[in-house]
Amino acid sequence: MQFQEDVLRLDAEEEIAAIRAGIRDTVLKTLRRKGAVVSVSGGIDSALCAAVCAHALGGENVLALFSPERDSSPDSLRLGRLLVEKLGIPSHTEDIAPILEASGCYAYQREAVRMVFAEYGEGWKFKITLPSIIEGDRLNVSRLTARTPSGEFRSERMTAQAYLQLVAATNFKQRTRKMLDYFHADRLNFAVCGTPNRLEYDQGFFVKGGDGLADFKPIAHLYKTQVFQLARALGVPDEICDRTPTTDTFSLPQTQEEFYFALPYAKMDLCLYGRNNGVPAAEVAPVVGLTPEQVERVYKDIDVKRRTTRPLHLPALLVKDVHEISEMKKAVVG
Amino acid sequence: MTQEEVRTRVHQFIRKNFLFDEKTPLTDDQSLLGSGVVDSTGILELISFLEETCRVKFEDNELVADNFDTIARIAGFITAKLSREKV
Repeated sequence: MQFQEDVLRLDAEEEIAAIRAGIRDTVLKTLRRKGAVVSVSGGIDSALCAAVCAHALGGENVLALFSPERDSSPDSLRLGRLLVEKLGIPSHTEDIAPILEASGCYAYQREAVRMVFAEYGEGWKFKITLPSIIEGDRLNVSRLTARTPSGEFRSERMTAQAYLQLVAATNFKQRTRKMLDYFHADRLNFAVCGTPNRLEYDQGFFVKGGDGLADFKPIAHLYKTQVFQLARALGVPDEICDRTPTTDTFSLPQTQEEFYFALPYAKMDLCLYGRNNGVPAAEVAPVVGLTPEQVERVYKDIDVKRRTTRPLHLPALLVKDVHEISEMKKAVVG
Repeated sequence: MTQEEVRTRVHQFIRKNFLFDEKTPLTDDQSLLGSGVVDSTGILELISFLEETCRVKFEDNELVADNFDTIARIAGFITAKLSREKV
């Protein structure tokens, strides 16, 4: 069969029913928890997670947690509130800026940015960007893009030291949010819902111990295109469904493809599907508006990211097996 | 710096920083990116090391797999760059 754009189209009703059954089984029977905490970011993935959890467990058994900080877009909280109003689920807001300030997140970030722009200070904004692999076989060398208080944009290649420290400091945000997810889950006897879609899960676009940590991940098998389809089917507000996905992590707005993925999500989805299902690059190319060589480069990037982020998926590794526990794990997850 | 000197320094750097042992095979023509020896953080470290050790500054358009995928290519590219800059 010819590869086509609608290859990712699902039977929404059937898929929602399967996810609902999966959540009920996982949360109520395997995890033996009464409900779910979902960190709601204002984006489409957490919106769908909140919606499917409410559908599966009942709205009263879902807590939406908002955790804005200094660099969050005001839109995130507004859209999150719009969502919970629509779904009729309880919510709670935790301003995490004081925790981040106290843990040194902002200070370590500032120090890292100053390794690149020595004059960085009050009024500057920044983000990390990657070169487009579409334009050439460029190495994934991260750049720091900054806007000065006068509005001038500057961009410099990052050293390994600056990059690692900036990412490490920024990871405080996802890990702080997860700590609060678990606080609320523990006090309510709920489970923590992880919100990655398939692109993020497969390509390692998450922080270990941060947004990567959860008790269950109900949409990790869904391509982002499918996330949008199901979100619309479950009545997620149009404003959330129509919004371009962002990382909402750095002080300058940043699209996900600037930071991590090679292409906008719809094309990235099709390339990932093509790669996973052995579709030749030449067949995928016209559908995504690229040349076969460009799709080959995306395929290669998919393989590299999958391989290099493999440790993120691993549990803590033991030197010697503890048989009783490994047998128990096998019985649950196979 | 001769091509052989660059090759030796890069070889030592990669073994010490990315392979962590003396046993894992590492050849001059092995794909560093394709084999996973050098990942995205590793490439940043490698670039910083090369710029410092060989006293060169890479332009953005030079940061392509063709120039950095093997030890042989790195050594060839840097030697050529150094000799161009000397002229």
